Amino acid sequence: MTDDPIDLGELGLDAGGAVLLRLGLAERPVGAAVPIAGSAGDFAVHLRAFARAEGHGFAETPADQRLAGPRAPSGALVVATLTRGDAAPSRWRGAERAGAATADGAVDHPKASWGLAARGAMVEAGAPAFRFALADRDEVWADDAGALYREAAAAQWDPGAAIPWDAPRPHPAFVEDALVQVLTYLIENETAALVVPARFCAQVHPHFREVMQLLAIQAADEARHIEVFTRRALLGRKELGLSTGGGQRSLQTLVDEPDFALASFLLSVLGEGSFLHLLGFLHVHAPDRCTAEIMRLAARDEARHVAFGMAHLKRHAAHDPTLLGRLRLAIERRHDALRHTAGLNAEVFDALVVLAAGELSPAAIARGHAAVADLQRQMDTGRQARLRRLGFPAEEARDLSALHTRNFM
Amino acid sequence: MTDTLLLGAVAYDPKVVTIWDGFQRWFAARGLPFDYVLYTNYERQVEQHFAGAFHVAWNSPLAWLQAQRVAKARGRDCRAVAMRDTDQDLTSVVVVRADAPIRSVADLRGKRLGVGAGDSPQATMIPLQQLAEHGLVGGRDCEVRRFDVLVGKHGDHVGGERDAAKALMRGEVDAACMIDGNHLLFAQEGTLPRGQTRVLLQTGAYDHCNFTVLDGAPTALMQRFTDLLFGMRYDDPEVRPLLDLEGLKAWRPGRTSGYALLERGCEQFGWLQPFLQHMAAG
Repeated sequence: MTDDPIDLGELGLDAGGAVLLRLGLAERPVGAAVPIAGSAGDFAVHLRAFARAEGHGFAETPADQRLAGPRAPSGALVVATLTRGDAAPSRWRGAERAGAATADGAVDHPKASWGLAARGAMVEAGAPAFRFALADRDEVWADDAGALYREAAAAQWDPGAAIPWDAPRPHPAFVEDALVQVLTYLIENETAALVVPARFCAQVHPHFREVMQLLAIQAADEARHIEVFTRRALLGRKELGLSTGGGQRSLQTLVDEPDFALASFLLSVLGEGSFLHLLGFLHVHAPDRCTAEIMRLAARDEARHVAFGMAHLKRHAAHDPTLLGRLRLAIERRHDALRHTAGLNAEVFDALVVLAAGELSPAAIARGHAAVADLQRQMDTGRQARLRRLGFPAEEARDLSALHTRNFM
Repeated sequence: MTDTLLLGAVAYDPKVVTIWDGFQRWFAARGLPFDYVLYTNYERQVEQHFAGAFHVAWNSPLAWLQAQRVAKARGRDCRAVAMRDTDQDLTSVVVVRADAPIRSVADLRGKRLGVGAGDSPQATMIPLQQLAEHGLVGGRDCEVRRFDVLVGKHGDHVGGERDAAKALMRGEVDAACMIDGNHLLFAQEGTLPRGQTRVLLQTGAYDHCNFTVLDGAPTALMQRFTDLLFGMRYDDPEVRPLLDLEGLKAWRPGRTSGYALLERGCEQFGWLQPFLQHMAAG
């Protein structure tokens, strides 16, 4: 411990001197008399104000006695003596560390008062409590969430650069019409896929930052998909296609689902899982290179969304034996709610057939129809596989997959 | 009313509600029924204090002197029971531009002096009193330009001082008055560019607000109130945000020695007279 003055030299308290002063005072014990030397303009005036505001005692050295006092190394005179107060250490009494910054540093039940603080930060006691509905690790966590986020961040693509917007579009007008109808349907579905994670992103306790980041980038992915689908549709047509009440009702049951696990199950595992096959189908049957590339890149993004949904639901199911039962009920409830709706609208179904056919001859349409039927079988097979991976017995997985909305998402 | 301690305060800023609501909860949790009444100006508050509308006033220095004088005239007892640590030993400064050929108070003769609100002890009254003691009488020896923001608030709002500081940099006044801490604040925030101003005069030290009580206030409730005030600790996370909002680290016993400069100014310039006459007439 030292009795030496804190020497600010020519540095004023209005120019950063307060930083040095705080650091210097922190090294002295509470109650210590600390001489302060400085030669900046109005230094004593500012020092008095600083001391009062920060809770330190202040005794100015009378001007006529300063010269007789010690000189600091900078040559500045001691203009006052502060008595160090205890406000600074008092502020941090009772503070606690919000877990640890590393991936394994998340705790099971982060406190509401940790709020927006970085995981691993020292949080002042008495910080305001935030109401994050998803504050239970078992509800949201996936062990590879961090890795998936990093992968997603690295895989972001720029629609302007990644898509060959000027590629030739040699196909006939009825194919373009069919494509625009499918794109209209995709935009509507991707909007649901944006809104759902965006809503839960704001409900996840930020302590689970990898999950929050992943949901945020998932929403950003969907925003980009909406942009490219719209841009592609407007390349060949001035207006978009049809949106049906049945389609929207199906999506509404998804958007309205308040439970994170259930919404994530219906959206990511079943809906986006089915969309993976649809985007693959559209990549194969795209009438032009621009569309094909859009579908390829969108499918790559969707695969990550499905992977996260699977990862955190698998983990959740392992910690909560009631989860699978709730997931089953969610499918059944949604099926009941949509029982009297049309499912996939006829315009979208027909458009998919036409895209796969490429021409309007009966033989070509038969091929297209078979391709769409095959697509639906692939979707069903994929859903069953994912349901089994979540822990559903094969028979139940088959039954549940059959109950999934005919609207695909 | 006597089972609840009532406080009067002036609403100089919306945060006043946050502060007293917070203290109300904190006091209630410790067994002190507490409520408060807000006024738009200190004159109404002092008047209502004598009318018995509440028990204890959070008074500005000028309101304290007003209450003290009225009490004296009426044969009542008036005490300052507590104040913030930051209410003690303030100084104000008269600031000029660094390049101005003003080296002493005498050089301000014939110049324009920017002050805060007309009823601001710190930005107007005490600087004018101190300048007068140095031989320069505002209004007679120099022009006084007032920057009135929220008159009746006794300068609690920083706006008048900031406006005076800005006028100084625009060259509309030759000197500006402000609390020492605001000179540091204005320099840090850039209202007064660093190194472009100079303190011409620093006033003597003075005290600012206090909790004022008149005789007849409920003794037990007041005792509990001051006990709780002095028991507030900055390391209490529940009360710390309120202390931060109110700008203190600890409450101190009230003292009245720090009002001498303002009192001298009031005697010299008759600042209290209109209010005292109003109260006498009432």
